[in-house]
Amino acid sequence: MTAVLAPRTGTAPGAPGPAERRRRRPGLARRRRALLWFLLLAGPNVALLLVFVYRPLLESFYLSTMQWNLGSPVARFVGLGNYVEWFTSPATAQVLTTTAVFTVATVGGALVLGLGLALLLDRRLPGRGLARTVAFAPYVLSGYAVGILWLFIFDPRYGLMSAVLGWFGASSPQWYTAEPWPLVMIIVVYLWKNLGYVALIYLAGLQSIPQDLRDAAALDGASPARTLRSIVLPLLTPTTFFLTVTMLLASLQSFDIIRSMTSGGPLGSTTTLMYQIYQEGFVNGRAGYASAGATVLFLVLLVVTALQLRYVEKKVHYA
Amino acid sequence: MSLQIAPRHDAGPVPPGASTAVPERPAVAGPGRRRRPPRAMLLDASGWVTMVIATVVLGAPLVWMLLASLKRPDELYRLPLQWLPEAVDLTSYGNAAQTIPLGQLFLNSVGLTVVGAGLKVLLGLSCAYALVFLDVPYRRTVFLVVIAALMIPPQITIIPNYTFVASLGWLNTYQGILVPGLASAFGTFLFRQHFLTLPASVLEAAELDGAGHWRRLWRFVVPMSLPTVAAVGLVAVVTEWNDYLWPFLVVDDPRKMTLPVGLTLLQNIDGMSDWGVLLAATVLVTLPILLLFLVLQRRLVAGLTTGAVTG
Repeated sequence: MTAVLAPRTGTAPGAPGPAERRRRRPGLARRRRALLWFLLLAGPNVALLLVFVYRPLLESFYLSTMQWNLGSPVARFVGLGNYVEWFTSPATAQVLTTTAVFTVATVGGALVLGLGLALLLDRRLPGRGLARTVAFAPYVLSGYAVGILWLFIFDPRYGLMSAVLGWFGASSPQWYTAEPWPLVMIIVVYLWKNLGYVALIYLAGLQSIPQDLRDAAALDGASPARTLRSIVLPLLTPTTFFLTVTMLLASLQSFDIIRSMTSGGPLGSTTTLMYQIYQEGFVNGRAGYASAGATVLFLVLLVVTALQLRYVEKKVHYA
Repeated sequence: MSLQIAPRHDAGPVPPGASTAVPERPAVAGPGRRRRPPRAMLLDASGWVTMVIATVVLGAPLVWMLLASLKRPDELYRLPLQWLPEAVDLTSYGNAAQTIPLGQLFLNSVGLTVVGAGLKVLLGLSCAYALVFLDVPYRRTVFLVVIAALMIPPQITIIPNYTFVASLGWLNTYQGILVPGLASAFGTFLFRQHFLTLPASVLEAAELDGAGHWRRLWRFVVPMSLPTVAAVGLVAVVTEWNDYLWPFLVVDDPRKMTLPVGLTLLQNIDGMSDWGVLLAATVLVTLPILLLFLVLQRRLVAGLTTGAVTG
């Protein structure tokens, strides 16, 4: 998903690169040999993409028009029936609310906290290398394992969190069971896991801002807050935009943490759209209905991606 | 900090007789070496404290996990909480290994990760080579097919892929876990970007020497692309190792599971009644990648953030 930006930046797709420009015109035998090699070298990868990415995408659209249970020999065509059911089901309202809260909180939180962390790491403070490493480490770890680790930390009686809250005289809420705490819990963990990534991308953005610009602002008597607002943030727009899209895509598809910490519960209060697809498809076995949900999710993700492609052309200014 | 201390070093211990050796340098210190205003120093200090707090908060969960896994199981349920175990104790690891076949799971994870990441790099390299160096009709279309796949989230395809893999009889098999995720779109894309920057002269010389495409790929193109190969390979290792949803759907035989899926099994068996067992297994899942990250941090971060840097 990260690469969506890039085709615009390098050589245009298919245009001759420096390596191919000075080729002689190939003869017929040569062309045939090239074709053979092409099939041999690109064939396996392309075949795998067709079989395991494009075919299931189309099949998913098809399945969404069927009433079909996983493993069942009979399937009945219902047209848009699954979609009608999905859009009118009371469960959908809850799923959409949960998805919206989770997505806004994780994307917004990661951007704000990540920028803050990046601003700290951008100053030449001693020990910032270690801080960088520690912040980024959770990003490379298994989401499922991270979920288990944090379940232990959130244990209302024996967890580290309850001890920390105790220092401030607060008692631990029932993180696992009492709404809205389960949702808060998975948002916190998701932020912890992705913060370092956001901070590092922001840091790269900050370091591409010419130092003279900030020095000039300081000489003109601008306060650090003013410099941030009027110079740094506007110049970071492309980074912010890239991160918003990337985080949106990732957040809408997140599964592992939810699965290990709450399994969508209690009472569906942490069931996001992605989790609902899994649950309907593989727990309730309603593969046709789940495929309709998958199509909705796909369209949402497509809109986000398309938005990015449009926006990147116009507004963004590069530092 | 160290910058401000440095100038004094040569100004201080100079014997009076030799004072001509350091003329008026300390008096006319350059603007860069000037003392920073007290407000900036205060800002630095508060920034530093904030950074330290952030580091402690972000790092504490991992340290807590490691230490807790080394405690005796009953120590985990004793208040007030202690950071350090009374003695290093591996009971929890032993209990975990008795509940699920941990050794087998570890081998499964290592094997699938190595083979999966290796094949992914191989597929990406050869596909990118074909896209860049072989002049055939419609190669632009093929490239678009590869790139557009990046926009199709794998989560959408799980139901059809599951029924397909089941129809092949691949449930509870290694190939069932491995093959559906093998195709390399991101790797192909990165390799292609890099190949386009390679000097044409080297490859032309190789061609004149009669080197075929296979040889040109392995003897010339790959050696000139090692950093990209490392970045793509490391990202593949991390994703394969951490992959959860797909292997979880395909496998329910404990002997074929990967480590993250084994955590689910452990959770189902022990519930939350025994944190020690769960934490020990969690350490086994996270520690290898954590160590890999610490050793190869620069390359791994480069790989994981590439999409952004090219933008």
